[in-house]
Amino acid sequence: MSDITKQSLSGLVENIKSKKLSSSEVTKAFVERSEKSKELNAYITEDYTNALNKAKKFDEKPNLDLKLPGIPMAVKDLFCTKDLKTTAGSKILNNFVPTYESTVTQNIWNEGAILMGKLNCDEFAMGSSNETSFFGNVQNPIDKNLVPGGSSGGSSSAVAAQLTPITIGTDTGGSIRQPASFTGTVGLKPTYGSCSRYGIVAFASSLDQAGPMAHNVKDCALLQEVISTYDEKDSTSIDFKRNEYSKELTKDIKGKKIGIPKEYRVDGMPKEIEDLWKKGIEYAKDCGAEIIDISLPHTNYALPTYYIVAPAEASSNLARYDGVKYGFRADGENLIDMYEKTRSEGFGAEVQRRIMIGTYVLSSGYYDAYYLKAQKVRKLIKNDFDDAYKKVDAILTPSTPSSAFKIGEKTNDPVSMYLNDIFTVPVNLAGLPGISIPAGHDAKGYPLGLQIIGKAFDEQNILNIAYAMEEKINFKNNITDWWIK
Amino acid sequence: MSKNKSEYLINRQDNQYEVVIGLEVHAQVTSQSKLFSTSATKFGAEPNTQVSLVDAAFPGMLPVINEYCVKQAIKTGIGLKAKINKRSVFDRKNYFYADLPQGYQISQFKDPIVGEGKVILDMPDGQKEVGIERLHLEQDAGKSIHDLDPKNTFVDLNRSGVALMEIVSKPDLRSPDEVNAYIKKLRSIMRYLGTCDGNMQEGSLRADVNVSVRKKGSKEFGTRCEIKNVNSIKFMQMAIEYEANRQVDLIEDGQTIDQETRLFDTKKNETRSMRSKEDAHDYRYFPDPDLLPLEVSDDFIENLKSEIPELPDEKKKRFIEKFKLSPYEANILVSDIETSNYFENVIKKSDVKLATNWIIGELFAALNEKNLEITESPVSAGNLSKLINLIKDGTISGKIAKTVFEQMMEGNKDPKKIVEEKGLKQESDPKALEALIDKVIDDNRDKATEYKSGKVKLFGFFVGQVMKVSGGKANPQLVNEILKKKL
Repeated sequence: MSDITKQSLSGLVENIKSKKLSSSEVTKAFVERSEKSKELNAYITEDYTNALNKAKKFDEKPNLDLKLPGIPMAVKDLFCTKDLKTTAGSKILNNFVPTYESTVTQNIWNEGAILMGKLNCDEFAMGSSNETSFFGNVQNPIDKNLVPGGSSGGSSSAVAAQLTPITIGTDTGGSIRQPASFTGTVGLKPTYGSCSRYGIVAFASSLDQAGPMAHNVKDCALLQEVISTYDEKDSTSIDFKRNEYSKELTKDIKGKKIGIPKEYRVDGMPKEIEDLWKKGIEYAKDCGAEIIDISLPHTNYALPTYYIVAPAEASSNLARYDGVKYGFRADGENLIDMYEKTRSEGFGAEVQRRIMIGTYVLSSGYYDAYYLKAQKVRKLIKNDFDDAYKKVDAILTPSTPSSAFKIGEKTNDPVSMYLNDIFTVPVNLAGLPGISIPAGHDAKGYPLGLQIIGKAFDEQNILNIAYAMEEKINFKNNITDWWIK
Repeated sequence: MSKNKSEYLINRQDNQYEVVIGLEVHAQVTSQSKLFSTSATKFGAEPNTQVSLVDAAFPGMLPVINEYCVKQAIKTGIGLKAKINKRSVFDRKNYFYADLPQGYQISQFKDPIVGEGKVILDMPDGQKEVGIERLHLEQDAGKSIHDLDPKNTFVDLNRSGVALMEIVSKPDLRSPDEVNAYIKKLRSIMRYLGTCDGNMQEGSLRADVNVSVRKKGSKEFGTRCEIKNVNSIKFMQMAIEYEANRQVDLIEDGQTIDQETRLFDTKKNETRSMRSKEDAHDYRYFPDPDLLPLEVSDDFIENLKSEIPELPDEKKKRFIEKFKLSPYEANILVSDIETSNYFENVIKKSDVKLATNWIIGELFAALNEKNLEITESPVSAGNLSKLINLIKDGTISGKIAKTVFEQMMEGNKDPKKIVEEKGLKQESDPKALEALIDKVIDDNRDKATEYKSGKVKLFGFFVGQVMKVSGGKANPQLVNEILKKKL
C-alpha cells in the first residue's frame, strides 16, 4: 500500500485491526516520509529506530482491542517523554531528558500508539509562527515561504505533510487552532481541566491545554477521547463525565443554536475572512442549525488581558530554568552572574520579552493596574460567554484574522504577531473548548479555518457541529509535496 | 502598670523607652510527607535523598496539596483560638536562589488559612494575652551549604517543599521575657496538638523578630527592624536586647531608625544590617495558577475540632481545680504535654501532693543534670508512683527516698527492690529505736546534761545523731517522740 500516509487515523486503525496493514508497515511508511521531509524542519528529535522496533514488537503480539493499535505518532516537543529529549523548543532545555512521561502522552501509549519523535514548536510555546524555536523555523507544506502557524507549528506541518497520522499540540492562546487553520487541518483545544497538564512544560498554567491535531474531525474525536482523563497529579484537572467522543459523533445537529458574535467583525479584517465566515454560517444553516446573533461585549479586551495574564504566569513558570539543576548552564563569576548569563543565552528574544512583560505586570505598584485588572476583565469575558450560552449551544467565528503569513513577515513586529490570536485568545481566557476546521482558501490558495466554540465540557457538541459542517464544506488541502526531491 | 515588676524599660537619662516586639514564627508541620509532594520529611537524612521531581521543580511537574498538612494547620488554628478561613489561596512568592528550585515559594499572602487568634501567657505578675494576626501554610526552601568546598556551594533539597506554618503575632510583646513565654507557649500548644515538634535544634521552629522602641506612654509605634531567622529563644532575647538598645541610642542621639532587615550575629552578640527597605525584594506575589483556592467545609473543621485534645490552658484549670495545685505548680506541669502525661500517670496510683513535689523537685533536677527530656527519664512514671507510695505508707523516709531515687535514676529499677536489697526499710519499731536512742544519750552524757539545764537547741543534735547511727533509716517522727520522752 503506497498510500499509507494519505490515510486518515481512523482508516489506519481499521486497516491494522483488520490486519490489512501491520504496525511495522504503517510506521515504516511514516518514518520514510518523515526522513524525506527534513526540509520542513518539523522534527526536533527523531526516534525512528525505536519506533520501528516498537512496531515490530507490537506486530509480534498485537493487541487489536486498543484504540490506537500500533499507530506511529510524533508529538509536540512540549510533552515530557521518558528517556527522550524534551526541549520545549529552547536552548535552555537542549540537553534535557525527562525520567518521566506526561499524562497525556502516557494515555496515548497506553492505547497502543508508538512514539516517532518530537515536533518543533515555538520556544516554550511562545509564538504564532514557530519562528521563535531555537531549532529553527518550520515550513508550511502548503507553501515553502509560509509559516505553519504556532506555537504547535511542527505539529501542524507534520500532520498536513503526512509525516504523522495525527498529533497533539498545546494551546495557550490559539497554539493548536491557529496552526491548524494555517495548514488546512483540524485542531481541538479542549475545555481547561479536560486534559492533564502533568508533564507538559508549562507556559501559562491557567491557560495551557493539550489537544489533538488531525486530518479530520473524526480522528480528532478519537484522539480526544484517548487523551482526556481526570488526573490527580494535576490539581486543575476536572473530574467530569467524559464521552467516547468518536463513538458518539453525529452529523445530526438539527436545531442546534449557533451564535454569531458581532464583536468578532474586527476593523481591518480581510474581506476573504468575512466571506469565509458568511459561507460558514450558510453551511451551518444547511446542516439544520439555527443562527442567532449574539454579543460578547468584552471581546476587545481579550488580547490585552491575555498578554498580561500569560506573560505574568510565564515569568514565574520559567524561573525554574536557572542553570542550577538541569538544562543549559553558562559559567558565571558568582550565582547572580551565572543566572544572568544562563538565562540571557538560554532563552530567545521572544521568551525574554514575555518574561520581562510578566515581571513588570506583577511588580509591586503595577500589580493592581495590570495583573489584578486583567483578572477582573478575564472574569467579564467569561461572563460574556456564560450569558451567550443561555441563548446558544455553540459559537461560530473565523479561526484567525488572516491566512498563513510569510516567514519573517512579522518577526520584527510583535504586536502584529500577537493580533493573530485575536479570535482564539478569548476561548482560553474563558477556559472553553474550541475547534478549528478548514473551511476554504483565500485568493492565494492558502487554507482558512472556522472556529466553533462550545460550552465548558461540551466537546461532543462542537465536534458534532464540526463533523456535520466538515461534510458540507468538503475541504481539499492543496499540498504538492514540493519539498520531496 | 508602673508598679509592674516585670515591666521591661530601657532607661536613658530622663527618658524611658518601651520595646514593642512582634514575631513571625516558622513552625515545621509534623507530617510524613511534604506540602505539595509525597517525599519524606525525616530530619537528618542523607542530602538529596528525600526529593521528588516536584520538589526539584522539573519541567511540567505540578504541586498537589497534602490534605494532612491542611488539617494540621487548621488544628493549630483551633489551638490558637483563631478564625479558620474556609477559603484560602496559595500564592507564589517569586525570587531566585540556588536552594529554591521553582524560583518561587508557594505561600499564602492575601488569604491565609487561619485568621486572628490569641495566646495566653502566664507571667509572674499575671496573665497576658498576645494577639495572633494570622497563620498561613508555605513551603520551606532547600539548604545551601557554603562551607564544604572553597569554591562551590552545595545544595540539599531534602527540606525543599516541607510544610511550614508561619504564625504572625500582633506587636503585643513588650520584653524578652514575654518573648520567651510566648515561644514556649506556642511550642507547648503545637506539641499538645501534635502539629509541630517544636524542635529548635533541628530547625522545626524559628522566628523572624520585629523590634521597635517608643517613649514610655507613647501610643504610636516606632520604626521597626526585622531580625531574620533566629533559631533559639536565648538568641531571640539577646537579639532583642541588643536591637532595642541600638534603636534607643540612635533616638537619643537625634538620629532616625531605618526600616530594614537585620541579621543576628550570635558570635558577636549584635545585629547587623542585611538589607534596607529600598533593597527589599519585590516578591511579585500572585495566586498560584497550578492550585485552585483551598476550600474547606464546616464539617471538615468540626471534625478536626473533635480531635483536639485538652490544651495547656484547660489542663491547667483542671489541675488547679481537681488536684488543688497552685497556679505555679500547674503551669510547670502543663507546660509540656509529655510532662503532664507523666504527672497524670504518676498520680493514677499515688498521692498528688507528693507526686507534684517529687516531679517538680527531684525528677526535674535529676533530668536537668543528665540533660534528659522527660520522655527519656530513667525513672518511669510507674516506678516514681511506687516510690511515693513507699514514702506515704512509712516504709521509707523522705530522706531515704532520695537515696533510692538516685539509684532509680541509674536504671529504671523498682524502688521496692532497691529498698529490700539494700535494707533501706525505715526503722519504725519503738523498741529498736529506744535502744538506739539510749545508746546515743549514753555516748553524749555531757550534752544531755546541757539540754536538761535549758539548752533546748541541742535537741536537733540528738535527732541527727540517732539518724546517723541508724544509717538514716530511723523513722524521724518516732525518733522525735521517743527522744522527747527520754531526755
